[in-house]
Amino acid sequence: MNTIKCDIVSAEKSIYSGEATMVFATGQMGELGIAPRHAPLLTKLAPGQVRLQQADGEELDFYVSGGLLEVQPHLVTVLADTAERAEDLDEAAAIHAKEEAERALADRAGEHDIAEAQAQLVQAQAQLQALARLRKKISR
Amino acid sequence: MSGAREIVSKIRSVKNTRKVTKALEMVSASKIKKSQELMSASRPYARMIKQVIGHLSAATPEYTHPFTVTRDEIKSVGYVVVSTDRGLCGGLNTNLFRMVLADMSTQIEAGASIKVVTIGRKASQYFRNISGIEVVAHTANIGEKPQIADLIGVMKTVFDAYHNGELDRLQLAYNDFINTMAQQALVSQLLPLPEAEDSDQLLQHWDYIYEPEARELLDEVLTRYVESLVYQAVLENLASEHAARMVAMKSASDNASDLIDDLNLAYNKARQAAITQEISEIVGGAAAV
Repeated sequence: MNTIKCDIVSAEKSIYSGEATMVFATGQMGELGIAPRHAPLLTKLAPGQVRLQQADGEELDFYVSGGLLEVQPHLVTVLADTAERAEDLDEAAAIHAKEEAERALADRAGEHDIAEAQAQLVQAQAQLQALARLRKKISR
Repeated sequence: MSGAREIVSKIRSVKNTRKVTKALEMVSASKIKKSQELMSASRPYARMIKQVIGHLSAATPEYTHPFTVTRDEIKSVGYVVVSTDRGLCGGLNTNLFRMVLADMSTQIEAGASIKVVTIGRKASQYFRNISGIEVVAHTANIGEKPQIADLIGVMKTVFDAYHNGELDRLQLAYNDFINTMAQQALVSQLLPLPEAEDSDQLLQHWDYIYEPEARELLDEVLTRYVESLVYQAVLENLASEHAARMVAMKSASDNASDLIDDLNLAYNKARQAAITQEISEIVGGAAAV
């Protein structure tokens, strides 16, 4: 039976690699069914399932939250997004990152950071030790 | 004997410190391997997305995306600085920051203003104290398994600024992992994207069917590509962090061992001196009687 090689990769890892007789995916322009020797195609994926039909009739399901699908006659590559991507979600993340920066900036006036505090602790300890040594000398 | 007793307690405390540094060393050694695996796991995506970009830009020769255009006037330069969250990793962050500052001062001399986006706590602690530099976005606590999702916020901030014309250029700074013993601080240009060198290889006999249009795809793919570049920088930096920490902790353990040897010698001498003194006192006492 004819098969097509299918790779599913995300930015973080390679999710799946193997042969399939048929690949189903949800493209942004509609459902796609890709059989071996499909014409070269490049399309955006909508959030949804990527289904692989294997030679023994078994099916494998993967969920992608968007991404890109590349088809060559004997190769299907899914460049999957692992994170939910939408304009408003991205916007929220961006606002969060800005707030983080402001908070870090505000911290300067408020509490000391740990490294600074540790340095002060070491200094204080050294002073205490010196004092103790001095006291011992005097009492002798 | 009081001197000897003090030395014993000192030896004990140094031994405890050595235990900690030794443990940190071994933890880092095992983490290097994991972060290297993450690095190699992220490579296929970057390779494939680069291929796709090659096809797309070959298919749309008349369209130039803002990411690929070098602007005539550089008024503002952005920096994405990747650092570690925690310290105890030798001069890793300091070397990087020094390099970034040198790069920044050449930009300032050229008349550009500076905006910084920090990834990792050390970078934000450092750059917030420097005048003339604006930290516009920050993220930290990425942990041992960074994900693209951790970076979306900061990247969106710089992409928006770049599209709005608030940034004319974007630099990426991180520590490149060469091997366990060597990490290289790098400041490289992220945007506009440097020209691809192997563009003539992409002139192929067939082309894709594009759904939707190639232009629209190109917009999306370029964003993903730049994100994956930064993501890889984060991974490189993570591996560098563990490697640098392992080396720093190894030398700390070695130093502790040396110190213990010295202290042992001092202890033996003090003990011997005490014994000798006691004997001479006894002998002296016996002679007096």
